[in-house]
Amino acid sequence: MSGPRRPLPAWADVALVPLINIALAFVTVGIIVRIIGADPFHALRLLVVGALGSSESIGYTLYYATNFIFTGLAVAVAFHGGLFNIGGEGQAYIGGLGCGLAVLALDRYLPVWALIPLAIAASALFGAAWAAVPAWLQAWRGSHIVITTIMFNFVASALMVYLMVNVLIAPGSMTPQSRTFAASGKLPAVHDLLRGLGFTVGPSALNLSIVLALLCCLGVWVFLWHTPGGYALRTMGHNPQAAVYAGTDLRRMTMVAMCLSGALAGFVGVNELLGVHQRIVLDFPAGYGFAGIAVALMGRNHPIGIVLAALLFGALQQGGTELSFEFPTITREMVVVIQGLIILFSGALVHLPRPWLQALLARVR
Amino acid sequence: MPTPPMEAPPAIELLGIDKSFGTVRAVKGVSLRIESGTITGIVGENGAGKSTLMSILYGLYHADAGEICIDGKTVRIEGPRDAIARGIGMVHQHFMLIDSFTVLENLVLGAEGGPLLAKGMAAARAELARLGRDYDLNVDPDRLVADLSVGEQQRVEILKVLFRGARILILDEPSAVLTPQETDRLFRILATLKERGVTIVLITHKLREIMAATDRVYVMRRGEIVAERRTTDTDPEALAELMVGRKVRLDLDKAEAHLGEVRLKVEHLSLVDSRGVRLLDDIGLELRAGEIVGIAGVTGNGQTELLQVLAGIRAPTGGSFSVCGRTVDRAHSCDPAEMRELGVAHVPEDRLRQGMVAAFRASETSILGHHHEPPFSRNYIMSNPEVSAHCAQLMELFDVRPRLPGLRSDSFSGGNQQKLVLAREMAHEPKVLLVGQPTRGVDIGAIEFIHRELVKSRDAGCAVLVVSVELDEILSLADRILVMFAGRIVGEVEQRRADERTLGLMMAGAGAG
Repeated sequence: MSGPRRPLPAWADVALVPLINIALAFVTVGIIVRIIGADPFHALRLLVVGALGSSESIGYTLYYATNFIFTGLAVAVAFHGGLFNIGGEGQAYIGGLGCGLAVLALDRYLPVWALIPLAIAASALFGAAWAAVPAWLQAWRGSHIVITTIMFNFVASALMVYLMVNVLIAPGSMTPQSRTFAASGKLPAVHDLLRGLGFTVGPSALNLSIVLALLCCLGVWVFLWHTPGGYALRTMGHNPQAAVYAGTDLRRMTMVAMCLSGALAGFVGVNELLGVHQRIVLDFPAGYGFAGIAVALMGRNHPIGIVLAALLFGALQQGGTELSFEFPTITREMVVVIQGLIILFSGALVHLPRPWLQALLARVR
Repeated sequence: MPTPPMEAPPAIELLGIDKSFGTVRAVKGVSLRIESGTITGIVGENGAGKSTLMSILYGLYHADAGEICIDGKTVRIEGPRDAIARGIGMVHQHFMLIDSFTVLENLVLGAEGGPLLAKGMAAARAELARLGRDYDLNVDPDRLVADLSVGEQQRVEILKVLFRGARILILDEPSAVLTPQETDRLFRILATLKERGVTIVLITHKLREIMAATDRVYVMRRGEIVAERRTTDTDPEALAELMVGRKVRLDLDKAEAHLGEVRLKVEHLSLVDSRGVRLLDDIGLELRAGEIVGIAGVTGNGQTELLQVLAGIRAPTGGSFSVCGRTVDRAHSCDPAEMRELGVAHVPEDRLRQGMVAAFRASETSILGHHHEPPFSRNYIMSNPEVSAHCAQLMELFDVRPRLPGLRSDSFSGGNQQKLVLAREMAHEPKVLLVGQPTRGVDIGAIEFIHRELVKSRDAGCAVLVVSVELDEILSLADRILVMFAGRIVGEVEQRRADERTLGLMMAGAGAG
């Protein structure tokens, strides 16, 4: 059996190709690290130890991964509907606004078990609403969703600055952030819960949002592949004409896909505000929305793949932070370069090793 | 196979070519020889392996075993580039032209001859003129491809191949998109090419074309060459039998229609698009239970739009139609889902673009439009085992091959895709069945099957409306024939009184009345 056009077996396509892409990215990064005068193997060891070396660092890795799961799922759901949602950043930001407003309004009256679900629902609602506007513009007015979602990121950012500086700023404060939430507005940290159960782990930002993230994975999987609505959404993504033929209203389905996508992105606000900051702050989405595109791409738009990709990105984020502490030559920007290279290799250059791998596998057989 | 000794080496000789896709052996040890300067036909049903074989010759696939000889020399063809270098050119069924480029620009695409266009273009222009003279293939080099007729576009494709120096021309289903007149013109061109020494391989499933154009014919079935004939020594019936492996009835016998109540009534229906073009103009027709009404016409005379309106995909801009008690007009529009609930099933003209989702599994395609109904979905949860079981059942009933509900929809051959779509639409015992181009791109064996299923459904009391550009098909299937021209119905004929000539005149807009 030979032939360069022979498709790869499924296991190679799903597992081997991404691994080779990551390896290629790391080799490239290693060369760059070498050029700036550091020892790449030492740096790699620090990166891995920084991400996975202690219970504390594992906690942080998982905390970052939680955000990447939310935004990765957001991109994937829209993508299955044939829509490229680049507005995860803005939807996360506004989702956080909704979450924070709900808590600020009600944290003096409601107990934690009532307030947290409400705040989660508010993030979803606000995130969905922020995605609904570009969706509506595409469905009814024909404005391209890529353009409008990008622009809505900037609108969200400007809106938040205005609100934080002029409206929501805590009285008497000099920094643009809201007042601190009451105790009922705190999502329990995982290390606190584990201590309650008798396990001692290092403190980290990891909180119960990760459970929400995993539930979202399950929900997305069930919705896309086991419900008629998900079927109709995927039909629209693959072949809009067939979707019309099947009786699907494309405008409504565009709204559904984008609102789900926006709601998922909005959950970043839950992890950041309810889990960590305990107040509304500026710039908490910190690029997670954009990185979600790479996470979805690398995870093949499937929840399991997205979890794996999110773990990698979480580890990079955490390990990269440690690396920049230890190495004077490797700055935060250098870590961004590493992430960028991984995105480049696993996204834009995803087919780079494929022909070569096909030939190799053909020879082995 | 005996190969008589010849003075000149054959243009192409294939020896023991073998090719498998996964567990399917698409081509099984095929050997054939094609003499220089002849037209050779390769016929076979869809999925018989003829396209795979030619793709191997053109370097799109690699054979697992076997040898390819060109002009008597064993060669290795790694890709289309190698094939072109050896003088092999392929004209694909779907044109590979850029609409917004001129003929000349399309011609030099990929063979620009240097970093600056002007010089290459001038050379190409001269070469095009020469080719036009030598092969009687004149096309204005400065016209946009978008402005050319389909027949002319095909001529550009042939010119493109000749321009790259091809001496062996492979044509894959070249007449699929042509009118009968354009097909005749194509065959005249092929004859001229042959006179000038070009070797031609014609892949088709249309026996009439084999008889009209070829010198020699190979018949393929299930990946093997089952016969080789001199065209003058054979006839369509014999070839059909060889292709399918059993006796085939090329005619369709059916009982007298038993008419029931009116199921579909169309009155003064019109459709004007956003640019003000009148696509449908004052259409009136009646469709009764138990009859097949055929709509004949040359492509683009409103048949596509009529089907879309009746299926609920587009809303009419004037007039109305009523189906099973529901009246649809401009103010009371209807969507495809509601139509389906009323009992209107629709087999769309373009199954790949409308009737199925290429990337979906066959089982997923087999419930398109019914995905929200039980037993496939209950309480908003879909049951994949139910869907697969349903698909397996449809595949059994309509003999869809291979019977793999988990296979991607576009991995099936055209005939099997069509059978799957037809099975899906007929499975719900529709009151009205709208069928667009029932056998487009479908092989003989499947055509026979599809026609018989349509008649069976008519006899079971379904009202069937068939739109087809194949006049033969309309003539054999329909109980009543309507002819469309320029968005209007210009004639109605009973099947008994219909003949090709009068219908042809009406289709050309000459016999209005």
